Amino acid sequence: MKTYGKVRALDGLDLAVPRGSVLAVLGPNGAGKTTSVRVLTTLLRPDSGRAEVAGIDVLRHPERVRERIGLSGQYAAVDEHLTGFENLDMVGRLYHLGRRVARERARELLGVLDLEDAADRPVRTYSGGMRRRLDLAAALVARPQVLFLDEPTTGLDPRSRVGMWQVLSGLVAEGTTVLLTTQYLEEADRLAHSIVVIDHGKVIAQGTSDELKAKVGGDVVEVVVADHDQVPYTVSALDGLGQGTPVVEEHTRKVSMALSGTRPAAEVLVEALRRLDGEAVRMLDIAVRRPTLDDVFLTLTGHVSEPDQEPDTVAAGGRKGRGR
Amino acid sequence: MSGALQVMGDGFVIAKRNLIKVKRVPDLLVASTLSPIMFVLLFAYVFGGSIDVPGVNYREFLIAGIFAQTMIFGATITGMSLAEDLQKGVIDRFRSLPMSQAGVLIGRTSADVMFNLLVITVMSVTGLIVGWRIRTSFLEALAGFVLLVLFAYAISWVMAVVGLLVRVPEVFNNAVFIMIFPLTFIANTFVPSDNLPTVLRAFAEWNPVSAVTQAARELFGNTNPLQPVPEAWPLQNPVLYTLLWVVVTLAVFVPLSVAQYRRAAAR
Repeated sequence: MKTYGKVRALDGLDLAVPRGSVLAVLGPNGAGKTTSVRVLTTLLRPDSGRAEVAGIDVLRHPERVRERIGLSGQYAAVDEHLTGFENLDMVGRLYHLGRRVARERARELLGVLDLEDAADRPVRTYSGGMRRRLDLAAALVARPQVLFLDEPTTGLDPRSRVGMWQVLSGLVAEGTTVLLTTQYLEEADRLAHSIVVIDHGKVIAQGTSDELKAKVGGDVVEVVVADHDQVPYTVSALDGLGQGTPVVEEHTRKVSMALSGTRPAAEVLVEALRRLDGEAVRMLDIAVRRPTLDDVFLTLTGHVSEPDQEPDTVAAGGRKGRGR
Repeated sequence: MSGALQVMGDGFVIAKRNLIKVKRVPDLLVASTLSPIMFVLLFAYVFGGSIDVPGVNYREFLIAGIFAQTMIFGATITGMSLAEDLQKGVIDRFRSLPMSQAGVLIGRTSADVMFNLLVITVMSVTGLIVGWRIRTSFLEALAGFVLLVLFAYAISWVMAVVGLLVRVPEVFNNAVFIMIFPLTFIANTFVPSDNLPTVLRAFAEWNPVSAVTQAARELFGNTNPLQPVPEAWPLQNPVLYTLLWVVVTLAVFVPLSVAQYRRAAAR
């Protein structure tokens, strides 16, 4: 447990990552993702509780944990004035790899992360995506047993994000144990073996991406109508085709209905079309879609994930007077 | 690696990192020397004509004071940079590495000593240009410079604690100005302390900035042996008082800043 004044950042959070697997910790801003990572990487002492990383007690032997982990933070913690090579070389020396090994490893990682051309340029000249890759490289210097990635793609443009995902998928395939925090459902879906959804410092759901989606139910039929007047007819047409009642999104004129999974989705779709046609509803769009993790999130937390706001360390910086 | 060796090694790596910045951002050195050069010109040519220091050429009197002030400003870089590193998350990275906890601070303060050596070189040349002269032996002059740099080194550790406490570079700047201005002006740096009102005079005479300035003046031969030194013990024994102050400051602020480093990073 960890409290900042009256804010309880972590509240009985329980996580486990099997060796060689990737766990995504998914949650909105202020859910406690960064705080969890800071506790596990020895940066922060919890008020109570226990944590083990690579079989070592984090509270009792932080220095031994530090030898075995790599941390890549939410904002790239690399030195602006040093070159990419100098940054990695420095980190290698601070892991006590020795002068020669540190240099070789720095060059090697610059190659792996596609930063060779920029290796000898000060980081000041790097783009956001390049800085993130360098920060990741710094976390990889000592070939850590456990890698912590705190929102590795927050703030990146879509292209850099996909590039980062490719790099991370490669790492994951090599069997590194990874704890990844993210606000992006797609990211968790793509990279993680299992997902933990947290909110207000508590685990509210966990499982594989498919298991979580199954919790929300099966497929969803979505209809967008041409006119607001037609929404009630659409609702009555769809009612009874799935579980519960249809959900209406007024401003987009969208009506969605979660299917129960007892009948094939295509069959339900045909029946829905027949009924809507019978009501003479003018449709702009109709589709069956698989539930996304967004649906999971909405169902579990009662609010949508908020990827477009400031990262939660900003909020953490404003919390004063932490209690122990 | 044994403990002490590891601390030194880590400190060396960090110092190297900080010195690379001095090399890549030459503005830093320019900014740190430009304002003391202005002070030299201002006091030497504007105020100097109206300040009478019995028995000594005012420009010779002035330079040791400017040196002391410049060294103190140089030492503020320690706190400023630590606050920046905290803000940018660089300290988080260091804290997640299996390096020594004191390494970052030792590296930081050592690099700032090197930086201050550069600054005092530039300032000495400036001094020579406006008419300052060393009138003692090489060894005495060297002792004067060493004392100034040692003094700055101790201040660096004080600044480290302040920087880690306030965490925000802009706030640090303001906090430090409030500390430094009375310390460097209520002293014998720019005018002799004899003419100050009683309370201020007592402050000035026990102010370590006065002691280091007095010590440097004596070691550079910028005092008139015929003129009496104020009777206050620190100014009668300026070298000893400065050394004592340095030792006590380090003994207090080195452990304090290491403790504050752990606490500041763990937020």
